[in-house]
Amino acid sequence: MAIPIRVKVNGQVEALEVAPDESLLSMLRERLDLTGAKEGCNEGECGACVVLLDGKAVNACLVLAAEADGHEVTTIEGLGRPGALHPLQKAFLAHQAVQCGFCTPGMIMTALSLLLENPAPTEEEVRTAISGNLCRCTGYRQILDAVQAAAQEMRAGAQGRRP
Amino acid sequence: MQERLDYRKAHSVEEALTLFQDLPRSRYMAGGTDLLPRARGSGQAPSRLVDIKGIPELSRIEELPSGDLRIGAAVSVAAVAAHPTVRQRFSALSLCASALGSYPLRNRATVVGNICNASPCADTAAALLCLDATVLCVGPAGPRRIPIHEFFVGPGQTSLASGELALAVEIPAASAGGRAELGRLSRRQGVDIATVAVLLSVLPQRSPRHRVALLSVAPTPRRASEAETLLDQRGPSAANAAAEAAMAAARPIDDVRGTAAYRREMVGVLLTRAVRALGAA
Repeated sequence: MAIPIRVKVNGQVEALEVAPDESLLSMLRERLDLTGAKEGCNEGECGACVVLLDGKAVNACLVLAAEADGHEVTTIEGLGRPGALHPLQKAFLAHQAVQCGFCTPGMIMTALSLLLENPAPTEEEVRTAISGNLCRCTGYRQILDAVQAAAQEMRAGAQGRRP
Repeated sequence: MQERLDYRKAHSVEEALTLFQDLPRSRYMAGGTDLLPRARGSGQAPSRLVDIKGIPELSRIEELPSGDLRIGAAVSVAAVAAHPTVRQRFSALSLCASALGSYPLRNRATVVGNICNASPCADTAAALLCLDATVLCVGPAGPRRIPIHEFFVGPGQTSLASGELALAVEIPAASAGGRAELGRLSRRQGVDIATVAVLLSVLPQRSPRHRVALLSVAPTPRRASEAETLLDQRGPSAANAAAEAAMAAARPIDDVRGTAAYRREMVGVLLTRAVRALGAA
């Protein structure tokens, strides 16, 4: 029994028919070809599938596609594009915070959610925020540095835009 | 999950109750962060999930004229942890809500969902037990209020009747203004459930003033009332005696996270540390 939904994904409204037991993660990956969010554990332990739902980080494996009806989803694909990367993406590259890359989309979306609600987090606050995102290459130091660098750039950017 | 799983979103409390009753093995769903992985893993998937997040009155945190605080069943753990009133007046709840799961999980999980799952390790249950909360619910037989002390029946079991929907949890104004200390051990600092946890809360307006709640050491979250009495009578100097009393109140089991003996020992250690931390504050 398919459920009709309308969900805004990376700024574009999608009208889909989803299965009742289909996760938001499956919907993004299988129906919309947005494979940035990864399936690691499928039970909310690893954070590889984190996306923004109405601007807040959630584990896409623990949300049903049907629950996203009427809501707004942002994935890593919605952040930047080659040549116009988001400050977090730029900072992850500059600080070599990416090794195998599997955790990276979830890390960046978690960090983005944090920076949207707290533009100047302490290192402890960043550590708390990403504690639900596992990196098995253990590049946490570089990730912490990248998030702080991106926070600084985003704050500077926000100030620059003010008249 | 089963192929025949049915998902329905309720827009009013009445609609939720009706949707629940239409099919056997229905479950109310708030955040879904516990329900969905369990439904996938168990082979005992509910036949219908009734999503209550579309019911406007369940999405609010309200300060009532009495000074009581009402937290709707669809309010996220993150929203509760960050709420100014919770942080200022009911810090035990802010502390426990911040310890639950991970940051993305707290954005989705709800406090009322956490207690309805009735896990022995339910983080927010420790605070709600210490704060003398009340669960507001409604079912086919009408509305009722369940004191939190009567809410937990066993692992995964509450005193909610079949079809009864928990609408909110209320914290009385008289529980405001205290201090709290949470000792919580887990295999991994973020995400993992508590292997054992002890919450000590000191509430100036209540009797007993000292409140001790234990997690993951009994079939349900529970208070250690003898330890509380000792701390009320003799203050921080009763730390060791209170630790003994709390250990005696624990009914732990061996499992993958720790042995019963370890858990009982840690109840004493964590309570002693909490007494020291609050005593010195």
